[in-house]
Amino acid sequence: MYEQVFLLEKRDSEYQDLAGYRSGGGYSALSSTLRDSTPEQLIELVKEAKLRGRGGAGFPTGLKWSFVPKGGTSAKWLLCNADEGEPGTFKDRIIMEQTPHLLLEGMILAAYAIGAAKAYIYIRGEYVIAIRRLEREIQACLQAGLLGKNILGSGFDLDIYLHRGAGAYICGEETALIESLEGNRGQPRFKPPFPAVSGFYKGPTVINNVETLACVPPIVQRGADWFRSIGSEKCPGPKLYCLSGHVKRPGLYELPMGISLRELVEQHAGGTHSGKKIKAVIPGGISAALLPEPALDIAMDFDALSAAGTMLGSAGVIVMDESTCMVRVAHRIIEFFHHESCGKCTPCREGLAWIEQMLRRIEDSEAQSGDLESMERLYGNIEGNTFCLLGDGAVMALRGVVKNFRHEFIERIQQGARAA
Amino acid sequence: MKDQTLKQQITEVATRYPAPRSAVMPALHLAQAHYGYLTQEAMAEVAEYLHLPRVTVLEIATFYSLFHTRPVGKYHLQLCTNLSCMLLGAERLQRQLEQQLHIRCGETTADGRFTLTAVECLGACEMAPVMQLNDDYCGHLNEQRLAEMLQTLQEEPNRKPENGPPSS
Repeated sequence: MYEQVFLLEKRDSEYQDLAGYRSGGGYSALSSTLRDSTPEQLIELVKEAKLRGRGGAGFPTGLKWSFVPKGGTSAKWLLCNADEGEPGTFKDRIIMEQTPHLLLEGMILAAYAIGAAKAYIYIRGEYVIAIRRLEREIQACLQAGLLGKNILGSGFDLDIYLHRGAGAYICGEETALIESLEGNRGQPRFKPPFPAVSGFYKGPTVINNVETLACVPPIVQRGADWFRSIGSEKCPGPKLYCLSGHVKRPGLYELPMGISLRELVEQHAGGTHSGKKIKAVIPGGISAALLPEPALDIAMDFDALSAAGTMLGSAGVIVMDESTCMVRVAHRIIEFFHHESCGKCTPCREGLAWIEQMLRRIEDSEAQSGDLESMERLYGNIEGNTFCLLGDGAVMALRGVVKNFRHEFIERIQQGARAA
Repeated sequence: MKDQTLKQQITEVATRYPAPRSAVMPALHLAQAHYGYLTQEAMAEVAEYLHLPRVTVLEIATFYSLFHTRPVGKYHLQLCTNLSCMLLGAERLQRQLEQQLHIRCGETTADGRFTLTAVECLGACEMAPVMQLNDDYCGHLNEQRLAEMLQTLQEEPNRKPENGPPSS
């Protein structure tokens, strides 16, 4: 039986405040680390655990931390990416609402590892409950000597500040997040230089996702071997999956990384709410290409989904039953990406506008034969031609729909031709 | 008449960052909470307190969707229309809201009480279809619940949102 570590089953306040979190062993990872380990040893531990970033890219967290130059005079920064905007995703919100200290303890540990004295949580502006709770609990930590000067008598100082976002999907992209935090429009920067070398105000900067940071205290407490014993060899650890759409029991599920998508949808979430057959499932937020029903026997991990042409992404699993119109789905997905394109790169800004118009014509049965092929020719003009991955995500999502349900698009186009 | 409390709040929040410019978003949140929306005067104040050109403040205020440079109704209904909510009937709910309020998405009722906005994913897909009423999330919506909610709001002109805006 898998034992949960995110403590999310302890709903309704038990772990929401400092006393409750401490009564369950909270902050023992921090006190033992500050007492017994050097920052280098902590980085080694996270490397050994093979923790990979839960924000979507799956980059090894310990390795990311180790890229921050040791010593030096310029200030180092830890940024927590809590700008959870990928449609179908709500795991970070629930962590911050239910167990805010798991994130805060993870952040203090991460800041100790990289030598940061200030950290910011860039949090979605809409997440008002989480914002209030984090504000309150940061104050509690300051009073308890867990934040501020000389944390737990160790000589290590850290302040954590909340930075409330204001509704821009693109700010979840790490360089756009930095731009936004510097007071600019949230538009991605060209990489390299990578943030670990030159990030927030040109200082070495680590940006980690909420769930990633929340994995750190359990790793310290239970050890790297424990973490690696869950999930697969290359993608270990516990994972939060967000289930939504036409599913009987929508919600957040904590299960091992690498669980079968079919098991997740059919057993844990109870299959479709209507009892109808599943038509397709998006495995990792709407940027991820959907998988048609016969392809659901696949491991929910970074590598298996990548090999299948899609991605684990944010593990936002959206289930669609057989009543779903895939032309409508494609159009809605592209409307979203077009709306959220920051406008910096022409291929994304203009290309998505054109694709949106073509999809509207197809949906309204106003398209002509050849329009679908014209749309597909635009894919390559967007992919790989932009600073960030927003445009690539849009194309990946659209390609997945059209590849698996092409006949629905052709039927719409033929309907239009008959009506004309 | 400028408000000294707002000036103090903005000056304080600016100390959290390496440079005052970083505080433009929190300052705009504070100004918006203070004035209801971002008037020209509100943005000018933010610019003055943070020593920024006015155009910079305007640029930020118009880039982000949660900043409002026009008045917003007392009740701001923000209906999520992204995929998870769409699959569970958000489009039907949108039509219902438009019909009952006699406005289209993006508009405010003539009496200034209701603004209706179709928004992208609110990050609460487990309670789809979902809407934000001012700061509060209202999930698991259907036609009946929505009709009841609207009726309650229309009958209680002095109902205040349950919680004020967060301080940062």
